[in-house]
Amino acid sequence: MSSPPPSSRPEPKVAYWRQNLMVISVLLTIWAFVAFGCSIFFIEWLNQFQIGNLPLGFWFAQQGSMYVFLVLILVYALVMDYLDRKHDVKE
Amino acid sequence: MDFIEQMPLLGAAMTATRIWTFGFVTITFMIYLYIGWKSRVTESGEFYVAGQGVPAIANGAATAADWMSAASFISMAGLISGLGSDGSVFLLGWTGGYVLLAMLLAPYLRKFGQYTVPDFVAKRYYSETARIVAAVCAVFISITYVAGQMRGVGIVFARFLEVETWQGVVLGMIIVGVFAVLGGMKGITWTQVVQFFVLIAAFLIPTFALSGMLTDSSVPQIGFTTGDIAEKVNLIQEDLGFSSYTQPFTNYDMANVFFIMFALMAGTAGLPHVIVRFYTVANVRAARYSAFWALLFICLLYTSAPVLAMFARYSILNTLEGARIGEVTKSDDDVSYIPVYRVDEEGKEVPIQWVDTWQKTGLITIDDKNKDGILSLKNVDGNFDEVKIDKDILVLATPEIAQLSPWVVAIVATGGLAAALSTAAGLLLVISSSMAHDLYVHFFEPNASEPRRLFIARIMIIGAILVAGYFGIAPPGFIGEVVAFAFGLAAASFFPIIFLGIFDKRMNRQGATSGMIVGILFTAIYIILCRSDRVLGFDEPLMTPWFQGSSWIPNGLRPEGVGAIGLALNFIVAITISRLTPPPPPEVQDLVESVRVPRGSHAPEAHFDETDAEADNP
Repeated sequence: MSSPPPSSRPEPKVAYWRQNLMVISVLLTIWAFVAFGCSIFFIEWLNQFQIGNLPLGFWFAQQGSMYVFLVLILVYALVMDYLDRKHDVKE
Repeated sequence: MDFIEQMPLLGAAMTATRIWTFGFVTITFMIYLYIGWKSRVTESGEFYVAGQGVPAIANGAATAADWMSAASFISMAGLISGLGSDGSVFLLGWTGGYVLLAMLLAPYLRKFGQYTVPDFVAKRYYSETARIVAAVCAVFISITYVAGQMRGVGIVFARFLEVETWQGVVLGMIIVGVFAVLGGMKGITWTQVVQFFVLIAAFLIPTFALSGMLTDSSVPQIGFTTGDIAEKVNLIQEDLGFSSYTQPFTNYDMANVFFIMFALMAGTAGLPHVIVRFYTVANVRAARYSAFWALLFICLLYTSAPVLAMFARYSILNTLEGARIGEVTKSDDDVSYIPVYRVDEEGKEVPIQWVDTWQKTGLITIDDKNKDGILSLKNVDGNFDEVKIDKDILVLATPEIAQLSPWVVAIVATGGLAAALSTAAGLLLVISSSMAHDLYVHFFEPNASEPRRLFIARIMIIGAILVAGYFGIAPPGFIGEVVAFAFGLAAASFFPIIFLGIFDKRMNRQGATSGMIVGILFTAIYIILCRSDRVLGFDEPLMTPWFQGSSWIPNGLRPEGVGAIGLALNFIVAITISRLTPPPPPEVQDLVESVRVPRGSHAPEAHFDETDAEADNP
């Protein structure tokens, strides 16, 4: 599929955008759950469990959440690669 | 007597550190200067966005160095050490923002292209007023931020090379000046890549060493989890009357932790010097991966900082509680300090040298209140009873606390400089681009020739360096407060309007402008009123924080977290007003369609100009 000339209206990529939004919603829900749930709202409850020698909630707040953030961004980049190819909008 | 016997030793240790520091600083600065010279540029595109050919992984390292400032490197571990579990507001606030950035802003802004954040705001909201507002915000946020960086440079020089703070600041200005003025974004990018490796090595070496000493694993993240330091710290803390280190909500209540964390996240995603880095990569895909690399590199430091914080807390409590206090002594250069000793197993008094060294800088003060000759760290209103330790020295002092070799002390100092200089450079470029590109050239000389544009950009960057240097030498009292201000403003202004600009096609000029104004004003006024004692020099704040004494936020809404409320107000006002006013013109809706699709971002070698946003296809 070739790009339209600069003067014409771009053709909306509705399906691509909808799937992008879905991916973002799922990943950001996990993000919010880990950052605000595990590290703030449920931290005291989680602290009754241990990971190694640390209370679990404390570990999430000072280590675990950051690992999850990293994985989320990587997953996003990989999934979007797939969607870019599928909808032929890749550069 | 004691003093005279130790002096040669102390002197020798100090000299070795000074020689190592001098050596490392000279070598790294030569490298920075060389890169600045090698990547000198002749075109605005290279000056502002490094010609858009930066590989994702290199941009990740540059973003990490750009983002991790003197605050991350020097201050954060100390802050966490004092806050315990609640220190996670900084850790998660400053890393969680990258998730928002990676999914909600960076790829679309890269597709849009151009040079600056105000470029996007102006085009998307078809308004030159919006451009001015955005450019002024960017300048304000960056100036306040950069002043703190220059101060950091001055302090590190003052401590390790024993020059005056102002001399340190001037040296820093010259170095940043050369690589930023000559190379612009291109020079800055490649310098930042090198600075990242310097700063991360400098941070990890003492952390690994400390982890190896205190636990059975030298990987700090593992030693942190498997070692028994947490239990030991909790025990000592309780003995001294502090709340346990791993117990949450002892310093901030739950609601404040939530608001501060959210404001820092949205602020991170909205800070112009971070966003602009994503303009420098080749395409949308590279922007996504670059966010991943950036967070990976940042997490190397951010997952180690809490470990360092806890280990340092343990070492300090363990070493200083019950230490013997000597008589007031004068050192070689006539600065008085109080020597402290630790009694070893054979009953011999061993001097604790790092305490003496830092007393000479005034950052540790000892006061034997009960005159019993023994240091007590008991909790008095949240502070140690008989010793005051400035939080900012923790990272710089750790190698000395752990008695590591002088070269480690030196490399940490070099790392602190790399962190401060790389961030300063990124901020200076934002100031220069906003002033030169968005304000001056755009409004006064739209037809300026290429050499003329570069000339103006360089003049502006020199001006910004002078202003930053001035604030570094004579810092106004409120710099520390203003960092919270910068984040709050970025969260309440840039983040919502960029987000809505991409995700809400119906968002128009009226909605965005009023949302931005309400968000900024609300946040700024709340911070200024609550901190008017510091910011405006009043005797007392003009306003006490809201909701004080309420059951859900007993200490009141802290000004650091108010950006989260400003952001919510911005969203509500923007969406409401936009639905009551006419939709944006069709060409703007087309622009939104086009930024949502990766294909057609500018090829790195493509030359582009002001009108390229519409003609977006190669």
